[in-house]
Amino acid sequence: AMEGCPGVRIREGDCAVLKRGEVFKAVPVLRRRKIIFEKQWFYLDNAIGHIYGTTFEVTNGGNLQPKQEVEETTTETKEAGTDNRNIVDDGKSQKLTHDDIKALKDKGIKGQEIVQQLIENSTTFRDKTEFAQDKYIKKKKKKYEAVITIVKPSTRILSTMYYAREPGKINHLRYDTLAQMLTLGNIHAGNKMIVMETCAGLVLGAVMERMGGYGSIIQMYPGGGPVRAATSCFGFPKSYFDNLHEFPLSKVHSLLSGTFSTETLPSDPEDNALVEEESNGLTDEKQTSLQETEEEPTTEAPMEINQAEEQETMYINTEDVEFKENKEKENKENVREKQMKQWERRKKLTEAAALLREKNADGLIVASKFHPTPLLLPLLEFVAPSRPFVVYCQYKEPLLECYTKLRERGGVINLKLSETWLRNYQVLPDRSHPKLTMSGGGGYLLSGITVVLDKGKSDSSNLEALKMEEPSPKRCKVQDLHC
Amino acid sequence: MSFIEYGDTIKDGDTAIVFLGHESMFPVKVQHGTVTQTKYGVIRHSTDLIGKKYGSKVTCSKGGWVFILHPTPELWTMNLPHRTQILYSTDISIITMMLELKPGSIVCESGTGSGSLSHALIRTVAPTGHLYTVEFHQQRAEKAREEFREHGVDHLVTVTNQDVCKNGFGVSNVADAVFLDIPSPWEAIGHAKSALKAEGGRICSFSPCIEQVQRTCLAMEEYGFTEINTLEVLLRVYNVRTISLQIPDLGKAAEDNSGAGFDSSNPSNQGSLAANLQQGTVQFKSGVPLREMVGHTGYLTFATKS
Repeated sequence: AMEGCPGVRIREGDCAVLKRGEVFKAVPVLRRRKIIFEKQWFYLDNAIGHIYGTTFEVTNGGNLQPKQEVEETTTETKEAGTDNRNIVDDGKSQKLTHDDIKALKDKGIKGQEIVQQLIENSTTFRDKTEFAQDKYIKKKKKKYEAVITIVKPSTRILSTMYYAREPGKINHLRYDTLAQMLTLGNIHAGNKMIVMETCAGLVLGAVMERMGGYGSIIQMYPGGGPVRAATSCFGFPKSYFDNLHEFPLSKVHSLLSGTFSTETLPSDPEDNALVEEESNGLTDEKQTSLQETEEEPTTEAPMEINQAEEQETMYINTEDVEFKENKEKENKENVREKQMKQWERRKKLTEAAALLREKNADGLIVASKFHPTPLLLPLLEFVAPSRPFVVYCQYKEPLLECYTKLRERGGVINLKLSETWLRNYQVLPDRSHPKLTMSGGGGYLLSGITVVLDKGKSDSSNLEALKMEEPSPKRCKVQDLHC
Repeated sequence: MSFIEYGDTIKDGDTAIVFLGHESMFPVKVQHGTVTQTKYGVIRHSTDLIGKKYGSKVTCSKGGWVFILHPTPELWTMNLPHRTQILYSTDISIITMMLELKPGSIVCESGTGSGSLSHALIRTVAPTGHLYTVEFHQQRAEKAREEFREHGVDHLVTVTNQDVCKNGFGVSNVADAVFLDIPSPWEAIGHAKSALKAEGGRICSFSPCIEQVQRTCLAMEEYGFTEINTLEVLLRVYNVRTISLQIPDLGKAAEDNSGAGFDSSNPSNQGSLAANLQQGTVQFKSGVPLREMVGHTGYLTFATKS
């Protein structure tokens, strides 16, 4: 536990999140790496060693400097107006021009000073009401006092960031909807979870955070491999990944029908490139270079291309016997390495398959771009009875269909189709109200609990359906429940 | 079983949830020799429950049947005996995420109330975290202690019977997060700050009234909290229903059938509408909102200790 922990420090290699107001951006903490954020550019070098949560200013040289705690000059009762009836917005009330302000910035004048200058050079400032003055100052501060806070990534930070910056990558899953999923799914330490998501790994990361490294997760993935871009931002310790498995969707049906084998693995671009090189035939130049960018650059790689393009090579000594002998050795090593990797992958796949075959998962989370029905019904087979499942969909209609199919299948109860409505507030003395803009939609959830599946009893499943869907007027109120 | 760890079979002493049908369920303490009455008949614990798998269907004496479910904090929230107004899972979900709670977290809470949020917090911070919960009502504090014991989670929680506004949470400089659901949260902000760890702790205050929120935000600012943010979240539930709408009779354009009116024998029309055109209805599936929904629970204010 983190008892009495003085605060986590920013370390090189971390994934940190820059925050300015309500704007977030995830960046790797690397020395001499230029970062551009909110129209400013700077290096993170000076931030290393500071505690997460520290606020910095950007100096003229592009370096970060912790912001000094400045005593806010308490505005003594300054001159202010009562309303805006006489204030004309002709765009001429600010006497400083763009160039004037630029000159101030170039001189290295601090943001605070610039704001002060703007106030002094505004002809209408003293006519504004106190509230309007407050609002004006806040607005100018936001623009000219560029402070950046470096925060530690968490589900809260990353889900808010992704929703604001790249909602398309997470199927427009709003952060409060994600929060519901984690709770409805009873995600906690020790679970054996099945996760199927195409949200850049954000949902996986959120599940991992709530499991704290305890238990196990099997991530189902489409295509060649799971995308875990967001997951790496969380900064989990390596041990968390020991019990993270993955399994290809393309093998689900064979696993359920009992015909699963590891002989035919899902196509892997890396494998293809290596296979073609071995055959020493016409190497697909494109694929080789693809493979190169995926692997760590080694001295062999460029030489391998050259081997295939011997006629066009610019290297001298290609005819050298010694050179050829070394090439053969390298080839053999590569083959061995490739075989080792394949063996590793097969082993992991077999492990994941074994875990799934036990059909005793403690829960299922689905949040993807795919239609939920063909995903949910097969994957539920792997879940134990009396366990929650949650399906997210950006749209409501596919979940209507999913609900219907689940009713037909049976083995689920307490089905609920829902969405959450979220509103942020501005709270200020005499000026409290909901904020002016809000999200129009954050996606929909279908949740339920598994029960022992009564196969082959169609009469009782109809009865169940009837029982489950009492028409609204007869539905008992929550207070009347205790029989 | 326990509220923090799944088990497969029902055991003597477990708290199980009896599910009768749509949103109809209640908790039961499993005990050898006991019986439970339901509208479908009697459930005999020794023969019907103990040793059975969670999620099983149990037939009651009158022939009707129920499902027996493994308890979770969410099911507990829907079924616990109310001693006070409680927090429901919608608010609990966002509180948990915004306070960045996870296994190992140290959380402080006041007031304990009926223990709805408490159970959810304990579940999230298990197995290495801890909940310090403060309740100024003596009987409620005692009832909470009893329930935590019965549910096998008492090693993860400390219940203190005192007034948090006067005496704080009983710990200093250790909490990752503090949660307040009390009438005058602004009076506890100072205590919350001292309970929180030195840097980066999170606080949440839940208040039904905007005036309370205003006072609390002011207090948070005075005590140097940053990132102060107030929001509210509401749940909208949809019932999945197949709806049939009638097609109105607009008569015929002319005496014969060759008019411009809606012609059900026209193949293009049949393609675009569902079946039952002969009966003059169109069917479709819809997610129908409930007639009434919860319109307000409370405002949630979050902040960070710098």
